Amino acid sequence: MNIELRGISKRFGSVQANRNISLDIRAGEVLGLLGENGAGKSTLMNVLSGLYQPDSGDILIDGTPVRFDGPGDSIAAGIGMVHQHFMLVPVFSVVENVILGVEPTGSADFLDLAAARDQVQAINARYGMDVPSDVLIEDLPVGIQQRVEILKVLFRSADVLILDEPTAVLTPQEVEAFFGIVRALRDAGKAIVFITHKLHEIIEIADKVSVLRQGEIVGGGVPSEFSEADLAEMMVGRPVSFSVGRGTATPGEDVLDLRDVTLVDAGLEVRLHQIAMSVRAGEIVGIAGVQGNGQTELVEAITGLAPVASGQVMFAGTDITASSVRQRHCMGIAHIPEDRQKSGMVSAFTVAENMVLNSYYDDSVARGVQIDWHRAEEQAAAACLKFDVRTPSVFLDAGGLSGGNQQKMVVARELERGVRLVVASQPTRGVDVGSIEFIHKQLVACRDAGNAVLIISSELDEILDLSDRIYVMYEGQITAEFDNSSSQADRGAIGLAMAGANRTAAA
Amino acid sequence: MTRSSDTHGSPRNDGNQHNGSSHDRGNAGDSLRALLAPTIDTRGNLREIILIPLAAVFMALLIGALIMMATSVEPHIILRSFVAMADGSVGSLNAISETLTASIPLVLAGLGIGLAFRAGLFNIGAEGQMVVGGLMAAVVSFSVTGLPMALHLPLVLVSGLLVGGLYAAIAGFLRAATGAHEVISTIMLNLISIRLLDYLLRQPFIQKEGRSDPISKAVLETAELPRLLSFIDPNLRLHFGLFLMLGAVILIYWLLYRSKLGFAFRISGENPDAARYAGIRAGLTIVIAMAIAGGLAGLAGAAQVTGVLGRATPGFTAGIGFDAIAVALLGRSHPVGILLAGVLFGALEAGGRQMQVDAGVSIDMISIIQALIIIFVAAPLLVKRIMPFLFADRPKEDADHG
Repeated sequence: MNIELRGISKRFGSVQANRNISLDIRAGEVLGLLGENGAGKSTLMNVLSGLYQPDSGDILIDGTPVRFDGPGDSIAAGIGMVHQHFMLVPVFSVVENVILGVEPTGSADFLDLAAARDQVQAINARYGMDVPSDVLIEDLPVGIQQRVEILKVLFRSADVLILDEPTAVLTPQEVEAFFGIVRALRDAGKAIVFITHKLHEIIEIADKVSVLRQGEIVGGGVPSEFSEADLAEMMVGRPVSFSVGRGTATPGEDVLDLRDVTLVDAGLEVRLHQIAMSVRAGEIVGIAGVQGNGQTELVEAITGLAPVASGQVMFAGTDITASSVRQRHCMGIAHIPEDRQKSGMVSAFTVAENMVLNSYYDDSVARGVQIDWHRAEEQAAAACLKFDVRTPSVFLDAGGLSGGNQQKMVVARELERGVRLVVASQPTRGVDVGSIEFIHKQLVACRDAGNAVLIISSELDEILDLSDRIYVMYEGQITAEFDNSSSQADRGAIGLAMAGANRTAAA
Repeated sequence: MTRSSDTHGSPRNDGNQHNGSSHDRGNAGDSLRALLAPTIDTRGNLREIILIPLAAVFMALLIGALIMMATSVEPHIILRSFVAMADGSVGSLNAISETLTASIPLVLAGLGIGLAFRAGLFNIGAEGQMVVGGLMAAVVSFSVTGLPMALHLPLVLVSGLLVGGLYAAIAGFLRAATGAHEVISTIMLNLISIRLLDYLLRQPFIQKEGRSDPISKAVLETAELPRLLSFIDPNLRLHFGLFLMLGAVILIYWLLYRSKLGFAFRISGENPDAARYAGIRAGLTIVIAMAIAGGLAGLAGAAQVTGVLGRATPGFTAGIGFDAIAVALLGRSHPVGILLAGVLFGALEAGGRQMQVDAGVSIDMISIIQALIIIFVAAPLLVKRIMPFLFADRPKEDADHG
């Protein structure tokens, strides 16, 4: 099935979300749709899936114009959308989720779960998805949950699959497996629209690419004809540098020093095992490792969010093992949390309120028991300008900002005050290219000002690009340390350590 | 510095309500001012905040009329009952006095519930907190003698406030220390308070001399909340509690939106993970928020005893603590909203009594209308569906995270 979009335009109030967009979606092809947050990708796909009606323009299926008045019409026409945020019932099994809304029924209108299971397993086998049929969704890892979403649209006999930022929630390993499934679908003759802002994914998986910027198609073609830099420039509208170009570090004294820190979680499971590491002033240290190897707990141990079972956390020569989150914050430990939506901000609060989320009690914005909101708002506005947080006003809810701007808001809050140690966990997750570059520059500037910076990231490129020194974490232990200051550390060796090769040889 | 020069007003930053960034490179002073300029839609759609409750009240009255028709009340009686309701709530000075008198405990207790809501706590226990606070106020009001009013009355009110606060803090402590949900524990504390009241009202140091039924001694004159309009007519019951109510509205507004403590409450209520991240101690916040909520309910009980009833009797709270939950919901947990909602409920209360007298319609009708208002306010989409013309002409600016 081929779909052609011709001259689609869609406007929301004063925002022209899509302007005269034409696209060709062909069977047996992966079309990469590249664009920054807010470029109009999702609007376009919502038009295609029938959620929005275009103001002008046509949708043609195999040459025939069609009109979708709702998602039901587009599903019936064979278009299936896999949303970035899953729409699954956690306490239902895989099969139950897949058939929800289109339940096959047997005699007397009873649910025919057995028939459903057979069908689901057939689809499963055809595309090598390897999804267990009867496990509850909540017990499955995110990568498998996503496959359930794909199963859902295939079960509704979709010939065109729209995948909205499908890799945003996946680990690198899951991404690889996911690409295998996408290829299998393509080879089976499905048409696939792959929405992303990650350049290397487009180059790896897409047969064709179209780049959206400010609601318009600004270029496209065969991905192999472009370099990542070309695509980035098209997407952002100016040249983007991928390497932050940091100068040589001049490390000073230890700012953070972990001495045999062991952390045990509520389930009495050992999450950190005798971690010994340090971060010096004027140095960026990166923690590489596959997610779930203790990075989250390491950050909690440093910031005071979780108590350590044994060992000491030293900060600038002082033992802060027993200090509270707030005491550590006051000492100058900044924390960029790994999930800004979950813990780093309050969506329903204004930008100004979010800017003082963890410093509201401080004399910088408070007078006695009262918060000086005028001062807080002025500081917020200044920080928004300095850190390029794009919002029309500091009085608007932070939840309305794009992911990149939310992240820049969090970074601004954490770096704008006097800090000595920055703990940045996944500092650029879900952030567009332009903002990544900006955040990286800010972190390096922070280092150059003589502060200690600790970066935890599941993106090895990010670690390699920013860090002067790299630790690898595996199963709650530091298993290797690499120097990355003058020449880049051996990527292969780090990869091996991340996979657990150094485990027995651990320092 | 890294911003390109062609992005002003672009849709690339965010797709929600906020359109393009208004600040651009160049004049930093202007950009700063633009960021700080007041915006119209800072807290959602103002129009909806006002229109939905109004529409809800209107539809509740309409359905109330339909229910009366269904129970074969004559149309002219229905008409008369609505006239009586208006008459009894705002139709005369006495009606206004009654409306405001009824609204005082509703607003005070409602403020506490609203504050707890903001902190993420569901305080069902205002009724019980009113009981213990009111009873304590009664005891202090007749057992402490020889004090001038300027000392006695504040002492009575503060003791009611403290006891209500301590009583609610039990639920807060149980939540913080053991995770016991405050909905359950406050309901249980309500039941305990009612039995406690029955028991204590029969104790010799509380029970009125020479009575066998449970009733407390009378509040001494030095502990009575003075009536405000007695210079016009001694029967006008509006009392000094009006100022307590208005003062509490201002205080709670300040607490929530200006103070550090209130900000910590609001963070905890909106996003407990962010509160933890921000170094806010969850347990302490819960206990303090519950204590303040209970204190306000206790004050409501004290005001009722010393301003209206003059003594404590079984069931003297008359379900006000539960109606206050509805007031807090209707007022969207905002102090000013709670004030307006409390006055509305006070008006329904006062008007309902008049309705019963003039038209012979059961006062239960008022409960039905109150319930309908809550249902409509809780379901704004329903209101919009039924009355689309009120909310039309505004193009829906949908989310677009493209």
